Amino acid sequence: MKVATQMASRKSDDSIFNSEGFRALAYQVLLCAGLLFLLWSLYANVNENLARQGIATGWNFLTTSSGFDIGETLIEYSAADTYGRALVVGILNTLMVAFFGIIFATILGVFMGVARVSRNWLLSTIASWYVEICRNVPVVLHVIFWGTVIHLLPQPRQAFTPFEGAFLMNRGLVLPVPEADPSHPWIGAALVAGIVGVFYLRKWAQRRREATGQYIPILWPALALIVVPPLAVWLAFGAPLVWDVPALRGFNFRGGMALSPEFIALLVGITAYTGAFIAEIVRAGIQSVPAGQIEAARALGLRPGFIMRYVTMPQALRVIVPPTTSQYLSLTKNSSLGVLLGYPDLVNIGNTTLNQTGQAVEAIAVMMVVYLSISITISVCMNFYNRVVAIKER
Amino acid sequence: MTDNSLTDTAGRTAAATSGRRPPPPIERIPVLRWIRENLAQTPFNMLVTVICLVVLFYALPSFVEWGLINATFVAADHTVCREATGACWAVIGEKHRPMFFGIYPYEEHWRLLVAVIIYISAVIITMIPAFWQYRILVPVWLFTLASTLTLMWGGVLGLPEVDNSQWGGLPLTLILFSGTLVIGFPLAIVLALGRRSSMPAVKAVSVVFIESLRGVPLITILFVAVNVFPLFLPQGLDFDKLLRVMVGMAIFFACYQAEVIRGGLQAISRGQYEAAEALGLGYWQTMIRIILPQALRISLPGIVNHIIAAFKNTSFVLIIGLFDMLTATTAVMQDPEWRRFTIEAYLCVGFVYFCFCFALSKYSQLVERWLGEGKKF
Repeated sequence: MKVATQMASRKSDDSIFNSEGFRALAYQVLLCAGLLFLLWSLYANVNENLARQGIATGWNFLTTSSGFDIGETLIEYSAADTYGRALVVGILNTLMVAFFGIIFATILGVFMGVARVSRNWLLSTIASWYVEICRNVPVVLHVIFWGTVIHLLPQPRQAFTPFEGAFLMNRGLVLPVPEADPSHPWIGAALVAGIVGVFYLRKWAQRRREATGQYIPILWPALALIVVPPLAVWLAFGAPLVWDVPALRGFNFRGGMALSPEFIALLVGITAYTGAFIAEIVRAGIQSVPAGQIEAARALGLRPGFIMRYVTMPQALRVIVPPTTSQYLSLTKNSSLGVLLGYPDLVNIGNTTLNQTGQAVEAIAVMMVVYLSISITISVCMNFYNRVVAIKER
Repeated sequence: MTDNSLTDTAGRTAAATSGRRPPPPIERIPVLRWIRENLAQTPFNMLVTVICLVVLFYALPSFVEWGLINATFVAADHTVCREATGACWAVIGEKHRPMFFGIYPYEEHWRLLVAVIIYISAVIITMIPAFWQYRILVPVWLFTLASTLTLMWGGVLGLPEVDNSQWGGLPLTLILFSGTLVIGFPLAIVLALGRRSSMPAVKAVSVVFIESLRGVPLITILFVAVNVFPLFLPQGLDFDKLLRVMVGMAIFFACYQAEVIRGGLQAISRGQYEAAEALGLGYWQTMIRIILPQALRISLPGIVNHIIAAFKNTSFVLIIGLFDMLTATTAVMQDPEWRRFTIEAYLCVGFVYFCFCFALSKYSQLVERWLGEGKKF
């Protein structure tokens, strides 16, 4: 129809219907009216259908008791608590798996990406096999594959011990942790102070280098700043250290920190999948730096470490950061596959809520809004980082 | 004279060679030279090689032992596999028909096999540039559509009718994939154009639509398609679940694809628009004849990436219980006798996904080269 009107307008005619401004306005009014009508009729249909099926609407269910238990929770929760609290538990579980997933996928991806451009044939071949295999298989399959593998691991009695005190078995992974101690918050504070100190040290060294051309190596002072203050605080408290070592009691392990098999399988699955994509991004980023840049740096007599730090990386990061952001986002969204393994993430709990209350619209709306907020937060953070690494026109 | 000069050159060359010291022995043996140039250029690289070898030495033998040496390839029943310590590839021989064809009636599986072969042949024909003409591709795809749907549905030509609730396995994966592309691609183009539109309302609607759907997981969109969409319709009106899911996946696909196409649109210089306007072309003619062909070509790598992603995303229907290849495999492997060998079945399905996706990505690299060669306008 639009084509027809536009074709007709070729004949010169000064009627108002041939004015470009009027037509643009008309199209937009039509679009908005159509959308409003669609939304209104959908709303009316939903209300009518829900009323007929006797399903309640509104947000009252958030404050009623859920009546189901959740396997792993980061906050206090029981079946007597509300649906609202259950959903918060789900959101926290989603955030936890996404947080660790992003960290591990970044480490794996950067390592594999650098390995792919290595001049060492063996290493680059291994890395490209990893990338090709992992990114050409659906993430759903990754997740249920690892979910199956972890259940084939031995019983707690025959658990693997990757290192002293840790046990890997079909009920997950248990790790020894230091027992809670009043000194811990102070050690944490000292660590944070050290990291802040390193940040300022780096800034100072950079300013000094730019001002005087003198290069100040800060690696060792920085390491010292991170390690020494927490260590000093720990010693000042009399070096308290009691390990809470998991031990086999009956059929299961008690003590230590336990990671459920669902959590591990989901984490391994989404990490392996996203890691392959990040590896490709890193490879493309490194290869995007013109060889002439590196040759010029070599000709100036810079050491390889310097070339990487001051020539290759700043230019590669500009290419790497934007697509990596979308990988982080897709990892976060893929963490919703926990529902396949029974990991109590937001989608899993939202789905249970949906099935128990029948309030599909509200339950799905909660999921969508939460994921949208998480996505927007990650985008904003990464856009900030992108501005830091982007080309600065001077 | 000529002879003289020849000897002279030869003599000088000989002198030059003899004057140089002979290369060290290691450089004369091709294998050793290759190792030197690819595995041991520097001490650090030597260390890397050694670490890799150590890792491979510990990891590979156990995999080979499990997957090949101790594996069972043919077994009359599950007890044979249980006695072996390695992988049980026999499970694929035992279960491949329900894995790849789902709960479709067993005697009619040949129809699905023929349909898949026709479909893949049509895809291969489409991939060859010599056939990129309307008069070949349109008939090929019309025939493919008609023949595969006839084969799957039946009810004519003496084929028993099979309801689409019984479709499953690889054909369902391919149907979901094709449906996603067919519905999603035009939608993606419309959204991309909408986002580039100069009309603020059109632009705002496109931006909100694209960005809000890109921010949520595919699962939630599938939940909407399955649980909420029926509520949107007036009473008595209902769509098939398969169709609803397909539309949901198509919308999700379109939002990502629209962003890729938008990137291509942004790369087209103003001059192209102005030239089209000077020729007196209207908006749609400018887009279809001038802008889109160039924009799609520029964004081809990204487009193919999202097509591959769409193929992999068909596996998300596992969550809502449509019987695609992965769901069928998961369901078949509930059989208590063979349950222990689920890993082998998943590896097999993974291999099938891998073949499709890997072939597509290699093909896209080829097309990029072809387009790069022809890009002299």
